[in-house]
Amino acid sequence: MAAILSIKDLVVDFKTRAGNARVLNEISLELESGEILGIVGESGCGKSMTALSIMGLVPSPPGKITNGSISLDGEDLVQASTARMRQVRGGIISMIFQEPMTSLNPVFRVGDQIAECVLLHEDISKADAWARAVEMLTKVGIPEPEIRARAYPHELSGGMRQRVMIAMALSCRPRILIADEPTTALDVTVQAQIFDLLNDLQRETGTAIIMITHDMGAIAELADRVAVMYAGHIIESGKTEDILTNPQHPYTRGLIACVPHLEENPTEDRPYLSEIKGVVPSLTELGKGCAFAPRCPYKTPICEEERPHIEAVDKTHSVACYNVKYVVAV
Amino acid sequence: MTMTLMVARRLLHAFLLILAVLVLNFLLIHIAPGDPADVIAGEMGGATEEMLADIRKTYGLDKPVYVQLGVYLTRALQGDLGQSFFYNAPVLDLVAGRAGPTILLVATALLFAVFVGTMLGVLASHKPKGIVSGLVTVVSVIGYSAPIFWTGMMLVILFAWVYPIFPIANMYDITRGGGFFDRVVDILYHLVLPALTLGIVYLAQYARLTRASMLEILGSDYIRTARAKGVAEVKVYGHHALRNAILPVVTIAGLQFGSIISGAVLVETVFSWPGLGTLAFESILARDYPTILGILFFSSLLVIAANLITDLVYRLVDPRIRTGG
Repeated sequence: MAAILSIKDLVVDFKTRAGNARVLNEISLELESGEILGIVGESGCGKSMTALSIMGLVPSPPGKITNGSISLDGEDLVQASTARMRQVRGGIISMIFQEPMTSLNPVFRVGDQIAECVLLHEDISKADAWARAVEMLTKVGIPEPEIRARAYPHELSGGMRQRVMIAMALSCRPRILIADEPTTALDVTVQAQIFDLLNDLQRETGTAIIMITHDMGAIAELADRVAVMYAGHIIESGKTEDILTNPQHPYTRGLIACVPHLEENPTEDRPYLSEIKGVVPSLTELGKGCAFAPRCPYKTPICEEERPHIEAVDKTHSVACYNVKYVVAV
Repeated sequence: MTMTLMVARRLLHAFLLILAVLVLNFLLIHIAPGDPADVIAGEMGGATEEMLADIRKTYGLDKPVYVQLGVYLTRALQGDLGQSFFYNAPVLDLVAGRAGPTILLVATALLFAVFVGTMLGVLASHKPKGIVSGLVTVVSVIGYSAPIFWTGMMLVILFAWVYPIFPIANMYDITRGGGFFDRVVDILYHLVLPALTLGIVYLAQYARLTRASMLEILGSDYIRTARAKGVAEVKVYGHHALRNAILPVVTIAGLQFGSIISGAVLVETVFSWPGLGTLAFESILARDYPTILGILFFSSLLVIAANLITDLVYRLVDPRIRTGG
């Protein structure tokens, strides 16, 4: 399959009082049409910034895309005009966010908020746009969609609001949907419903999805491929099963080890929950070496000297680590 | 709560409030020093003790205060606000004749302040560190700190002496003929300076308030959502953000209605605007109790009505209150 979105060597810098923070450091990604790509990592690793860069919504100032390209079917979005980006946003690439409670405008009816998106991107009458809004609400599984379309956001629960967000995002049949931690703020049972919904809609519409999350379970369930990010770098990427069953980078291994399991005797041979020792370094104080080196149990002198580049270990699996062989052998 | 029930309850509250206002005003005026009989007698050109007693009797001033209060309340609720000592005319007629100009002045000033203030606030929020924003801040601080009569006098000096563009007194030019339309234009022409003077204080506050609330709202998640669906920046500001940013302005504007009316007294006096303010000023100097009471009563009515309207408007602009009851 051909990539519809390909990010090459993207660099995003933020000017802060403490100096220049390189929030994205030469990241490269490819999204193939119809696939679900997972991006995982801790808070502040650049997951959301990747999404905002694609949408052209990096807050500027203080942020700035200083290098690289984001190409959508060969068209570089970094160079695209404001007017063109407005067409892309919501029309070709749309996005849902982490906070369904606050992501809808409190003073407008949800139906109008969905219809607005349709009106912006399609030559369509107001009545038809409203009809589309109701149709989308039906699709995302909201009961009594005609009545709910007339509701204001505060009259809906968090799960309902996230469904409205999904309805809005998909209302113009985008080719790419970016879901930035869409379930973090929701109850576990509602989380499962939202994931199922995204999965069903993806199968039905063929929309490619970039799923940003720190929930390894969601990744295992949904994603075809995964990219792992750490401190603004992509440190490992590959097929979901390869990443989950055969992680190569010490950080990915640590991340997977941290996932708590439901077991009958959880404390039997593992008295504590696993953790990765240390903290994520400040982005203004990254040295020249590997960003994970200060926390890495496998580090060697070269790790602090020069940053490892991401290299293929097989056809679909790439890692940025000097000591892969040694790490895997352990 | 349904809308009708809400309005009914508010009306009941309003009625009780009006009663309380009547009683309080009456007592306050009677605590104040000075004998109205003296003033009335003075108007007539000196008086003997018998004449004073006679005057007191005519106006019921010889009775105990609580009897006067009872009489006053009964009459007031029947729409009779008494007879002016000074103008020798029914207070109701006096107040009714002067209410129009005051309402015109206050409403114009308020609308001007709300619209221009919000617009300036939105402009300032676009570039919070830009020139417009700085200008709005400076003008706001000056407008807010300068006393109303000072602003009024400065405007008078500027527009009557340095650049004689606008009239500085009265509501219209009696020497000018013409039809209804000419008269309306003339009134609006005379309205410019008083309304500007009265509005500028509030304009400054609303500009600051809008700027602050716009800045907060522009960083919110639903603005990011609007941008993410491809809404143009003009609409992000003017539609998605502004609809939320005006909520505090509506609240404050409603609350401030009372202070705008008291500001009107000063402005009317500076510009000889023939409204309740000048009437109040004159009747206070003349110790014309019934007229003062009538004006206080009527302005309380205005404030209460304004609060009621604010409540309703707030329900219109904020759906969360509409259903929350």
